[in-house]
Amino acid sequence: MSKVLGLTGDGAVAYAVKQCNVDVVAAYPITPQTLIVEEFSEYVHNGEVHTEFVCVESEHSAMSACIGASLTGARVFTATASQGLALMHEMLYIASTLRCPIVMGVVNRTLSAPINIHCDHSDMMGSRDCGWIQVFVENAQEAYDWVIQAFRIAEDPDVLLPVAVNLDGFILSHSLEGVRVLDDEEAEKFVSTRKPVLTIDPDKPITVGAICFTDFYFETKRQHVDAMDNSPKTISKVNDEFAELTGRRYGFIDTYEMEDAEAAIICLGSTAGTAMAVAKSMRAKGKKVGVIKPWVYRPFPTEQIIKAVENLKALAVLDRACSVGAPYGPLCSDVIAALYREGIKLNLFNVIYGLGGRDIRPTDIEAIFNEALEVAKTGVIKEPLKFVGVRE
Amino acid sequence: MLLVIASETQISVRIQDFGHFLGKVIFPIGIENRLISDESEVVLEEIRLLIEIRWHGRGGQGVVTASRLLAHAALLDGKYVQAFPEFGPERRGAPVIGYTRISDEPIMIHSHIYNPDIVVVVDPTVMSSVDVTEGLVEDGIVVANAEESPDSLKDRLGIERAKVYTVDAKRIALDILKRPIYNTAMLGALIKASPLVTLESISKVVMERFPGTIGEKNVAVIKRAYEEAKGIE
Repeated sequence: MSKVLGLTGDGAVAYAVKQCNVDVVAAYPITPQTLIVEEFSEYVHNGEVHTEFVCVESEHSAMSACIGASLTGARVFTATASQGLALMHEMLYIASTLRCPIVMGVVNRTLSAPINIHCDHSDMMGSRDCGWIQVFVENAQEAYDWVIQAFRIAEDPDVLLPVAVNLDGFILSHSLEGVRVLDDEEAEKFVSTRKPVLTIDPDKPITVGAICFTDFYFETKRQHVDAMDNSPKTISKVNDEFAELTGRRYGFIDTYEMEDAEAAIICLGSTAGTAMAVAKSMRAKGKKVGVIKPWVYRPFPTEQIIKAVENLKALAVLDRACSVGAPYGPLCSDVIAALYREGIKLNLFNVIYGLGGRDIRPTDIEAIFNEALEVAKTGVIKEPLKFVGVRE
Repeated sequence: MLLVIASETQISVRIQDFGHFLGKVIFPIGIENRLISDESEVVLEEIRLLIEIRWHGRGGQGVVTASRLLAHAALLDGKYVQAFPEFGPERRGAPVIGYTRISDEPIMIHSHIYNPDIVVVVDPTVMSSVDVTEGLVEDGIVVANAEESPDSLKDRLGIERAKVYTVDAKRIALDILKRPIYNTAMLGALIKASPLVTLESISKVVMERFPGTIGEKNVAVIKRAYEEAKGIE
């Protein structure tokens, strides 16, 4: 029997990790990830988990410890945000190319300067090419659900890649919502224990991550790419099993009213929820708008997005990060590349919003929808890249 | 009782029961005809309650805790909830804001609350520096920790259609807790002003959050504040 608990987004992540038989957690606290580490360390202190909790002096050390632990065959979790993720940056690549199936909660927060503790996606987008599977969630329930699924996806022998579950700092991390949780036994059965393929073992010494110059580095990276390209099969399989267990159906993207939408918004994280709420009220006024929310950002859900935009006339791509000097924000660049590859010409524009935690209001979303409807009608894009919610 | 307010783009239906404001529903103008038709069943079927509450107080007074306790109680009553602080650097004594959303259906929206139905003022001194009624819906409710009568506060705030409730939370807290902690008293006054959750539910979550004597005293505070809170239309 499942029950509903009042949990913050961070609390939901900690609760999921508690139920996942995690062997090692190495983490350093940073706002707004702090609640995850605090609440999980309480579980450790109270003897509710068997996890070895390693208090480290930095995020660089946290990820280093996670890599070492993961190579021994342990199930490993960590969490970070913002500057912490940036400090981990070099170790993120090592974790993924050494094929360590670490699961990490990334509580999205902007990057300094100036110092700011609030949400945007600059942190993950700054490490977007690190070769991890990346998931973005809309609310605390999704954070809980994806963390549990992440262990299964990461550790599958066909994947063996680390997974980052992204949740919006403060907007989700510190917001209390009702979360339907599994019984401990159900969760334990679903995640089982890690069955490592190859481990470091003092009795059977092997070398891991040694020098590969021009002779083999490229092949190693090619295998990394293959692993990512093959991961969708496993992701779908895990989504299916999770749906069977919980009735909650996940996939690569979530869509809202896309069947006959003329204009749509595509965006990551909690904003998708606000966009759906606005779409709902605009639909009632007869405006044909919809929302696309990628759950999985890496591997990029090209196929699913192309299907979703099939009948669409205009798309607004919302980025909560900016790639200074680039033609578009990161999500928009990906969307355009995906469409171009399939020869699809869709009228779209990019909106940069919410940097440093600036709230995106329902009225902002409504204005974006209306602009997209105008583009759908006229085919004219006035501003290919615009900033919403900033004082100019 | 349904109170229908029409504007150019939407009609807002406010649901009241025995004089208590229970919630609001906003419909786009397109389905206006259905609402004012005789098919009352259709109307009721469409109605979903979403109530947005804003909490004002000072850092260290348990504003966030109160916003969360209310959400926990509403969860017990089978509602969907959100409770979140307006996230600033947490400074003891500085004005802080918390939010609670309570709904009969899943809450998708994740923005701040700009037009609260109810404002709860935990700290009386905050009203001199913060406009606590900012954005309050026209016939919303203010629940304030104040020694003065609701009439007097209503005059001072200059709000015409909102209902105002006051309770002397300081006296109740000092009486029972022997400490000036007002958040639980304001929960009692809030439930008096609008029966968002049951006294049983709120008492239960307070006992879970503060087991033992502290919880019992806080439940006593809630009940006393519920009895003593006075309101004016």
